[in-house]
Amino acid sequence: MILLVNFSSPFLRSPRAPVITEGMSSSEVLAGEAEGNGGIMGQQKNLEGYVGFANLPNQVYRKSVKRGFEFTLMVVGESGLGKSTLINSLFLTDLYSPDYPGPSHRIKKTVQVEQSQVLIKEGGVHLLLTIVDTPGFGDAVDNSNCWQPVTDYIDNKFEDFLNSESRVNRRLMPDSRVHCCLYFIAPSGHGLKPLDIEFMKRLHEKVNVIPLIAKADTMTPEECLQFKKQIMKEIHEHKIKIYDFPETDNEEEMKMIRKIKDRLPLAVVGSNTIIEVNGKRVRGRQYPWGVAEVENGDHCDFTILRNMLIRTHMQDLKDVTNNVHYENYRSRKLAAVTYNGVDNNKNKSQLTKPDTPDGMSPLAQMEEERREHVAKMKKMEQEMEQVFDMKVKEKIQKLQDSEAELQKRHEQMKKNLQAQYKELEEKRRQFEEEVNTWETHQRILEQQKLELNRTIDKGKKKKIF
Amino acid sequence: LSAGQPSRKRSHSSGGGSTLLGYIGIDTIIEQMRKKTMKTGFDFNIMVVGPSGLGKSTLVNTLFKSQVSRKSAGWSRDEKIPKTVEIKSVSHVIEEGGVKMKLTVVDTPGFGDQINNDNCWEPISKYINEQFEKFLKEEVNITRKKRIPDTRVHCCVYFIPPTGHSLRQLDVEFMKRLSHSVNIIPVIAKSDTMTVEERQEFKQRVRKELEMNGIEFYPQKEFDDDIEDKSDNDKIREMMPFAVVGSDKEYQVNGKRVLGRKTPWGIIEVENPNHCEFAQLRDFLIRSHLQDLKEVTHNIHYETYRAKRLNDNGGLHPITSNDTQESNL
Repeated sequence: MILLVNFSSPFLRSPRAPVITEGMSSSEVLAGEAEGNGGIMGQQKNLEGYVGFANLPNQVYRKSVKRGFEFTLMVVGESGLGKSTLINSLFLTDLYSPDYPGPSHRIKKTVQVEQSQVLIKEGGVHLLLTIVDTPGFGDAVDNSNCWQPVTDYIDNKFEDFLNSESRVNRRLMPDSRVHCCLYFIAPSGHGLKPLDIEFMKRLHEKVNVIPLIAKADTMTPEECLQFKKQIMKEIHEHKIKIYDFPETDNEEEMKMIRKIKDRLPLAVVGSNTIIEVNGKRVRGRQYPWGVAEVENGDHCDFTILRNMLIRTHMQDLKDVTNNVHYENYRSRKLAAVTYNGVDNNKNKSQLTKPDTPDGMSPLAQMEEERREHVAKMKKMEQEMEQVFDMKVKEKIQKLQDSEAELQKRHEQMKKNLQAQYKELEEKRRQFEEEVNTWETHQRILEQQKLELNRTIDKGKKKKIF
Repeated sequence: LSAGQPSRKRSHSSGGGSTLLGYIGIDTIIEQMRKKTMKTGFDFNIMVVGPSGLGKSTLVNTLFKSQVSRKSAGWSRDEKIPKTVEIKSVSHVIEEGGVKMKLTVVDTPGFGDQINNDNCWEPISKYINEQFEKFLKEEVNITRKKRIPDTRVHCCVYFIPPTGHSLRQLDVEFMKRLSHSVNIIPVIAKSDTMTVEERQEFKQRVRKELEMNGIEFYPQKEFDDDIEDKSDNDKIREMMPFAVVGSDKEYQVNGKRVLGRKTPWGIIEVENPNHCEFAQLRDFLIRSHLQDLKEVTHNIHYETYRAKRLNDNGGLHPITSNDTQESNL
């Protein structure tokens, strides 16, 4: 028996050949497909039997589960606002445990960006969660440019992804882009600080910014409401684009989304200590006047944040990062390369690399670069020659000076020598004179001695006789 | 001493100690001084310093149980944060039990709120020195007023944000520079953020850091006069910095009306010593050490400033008010 089934359902617009089921002949399948490719709004025909492509989502699901998910979350805020506690509460793990103390226990003088990874498994689904922390943010006396390390980090991650996307072998593409940035606002009750405004203005175009009010158990409900209104007003004033929840067709979901939007920015309290309240075990903070429960919707917005971040909008955050923020970055970077003919992003790559990472540099640009390079080399050569000449002149001058000095000294020594020679001559003459006188003196003495002897002899002779 | 300040201790007759043969009536001098004081009244100037949003104005209102702060016109929350530190002072005369007090609250909006907070302590230091200068000028005048108006800052309450970790760089810098020209009382603001254990830990850490940096907060150890004072002050020093909560709203708790904050999980009573240390701060500041604050300011901080000024100029020339003084004494 041959069943005729109309393949005009949109599912079959995929390029893959449809699965032939229920004993169809191939020609009919092809005909059906040709009809189906006409448009999305093709006729919605009823199927007269079970086809089985309803199984497609399950296939996608199984593939994704095998692959596992990745999510990168960044937390930014001054120290002491409970960021680490909130992360621990959100994911019900001890990311920062006593033997691996979190950034709060280390005093930082400059802003650092640190990341820690943890693999969470739940119901067979793997989630590789990366938490990026920014210890030292806003803690110094002078906090100008404390957002610079953060923006640099985000840009670096985008660049890594861009590079790996442009490679020839793209098998492994780890996605380490920052998907969401939780910004913690101190619960002053007044409004945003200049630092908050400055930071969010610089980051709202690069990453999904979700502002949170930290330590919300500081405020009474009225204060909290007032504070939230003030913050939203200031956010609109400064045209900061925080993460916006997408509209859906589902009426129920829309209701939930509207409820969330009313309570923006979310006021959260974090805690991982379990306390008994009315026989129930809840997570909360124990005060002398009561227990502030973390998961109680009346006490704080933690459950809303958790549901939104993990249970409903995680994939959407990743999509927005991929489709909006990353595309913005990419188009900006590539436009800078091809439009001006000069790579404006040269300071990010090496100076001598003539190719830009996407390998699409036009020949003209290479020529230009080469010419520039050559000109630079020539200039450098000239400069070096100049320097060399100058040095040579100096050296010659020095040598001449030393030569003159040596000459002078030589003369001096010669004169000394001559003087000494003369002295010695004098001495010798004197000495010779003395010798002469001494000799004559000796001779006289000798003569005297001789005469004496003669007289003695004479005397002796006389005596003998 | 300016007129109207009763001496704290009764002077004992030293050496000899001759016993009195009858009642003379010397001890009525206390009563006479009291009457004089009540007529003339007191001056008290308190300065509050800290980044915005820590509840400084609320605390001052709670301390003096009336709307004495700058923001007493209600929730003026849409005031913009000023670009530089400003000094705003508001004066009120409050009366209790026949005693009149002219209370001046000096506020410092904009402190620590900027992105770059270098030297944000300088306007404050300059203000304190200016007040000393004013007093000095009056004192040095040929025809002096009977009672020199005292605008010197007697006490500076510094608000530490309850991060739960330690003092910030800005806190240390400020207190180091100003602990020699004014009495600094550090308090932990908005302490209902922390549980009791967290609060104890934080206090220990803050105290250690203050010690390490050599910051002498009030009551200073070096000015303890005798054993009694020392033991009193030691007890107080153990408890400092006080962890406070301020509120000017009243709620009903167990049939009583108390000042407090109402949260969905309970009411925080401001004057309950189990909840926060506001009551201790108030007793310390107002009920026991108010006069001592003024005396230390007059005898020690002011004298230091005066000695330095006289030494520097080698005698006092007519001073213009635009003299740039060094900010560190």
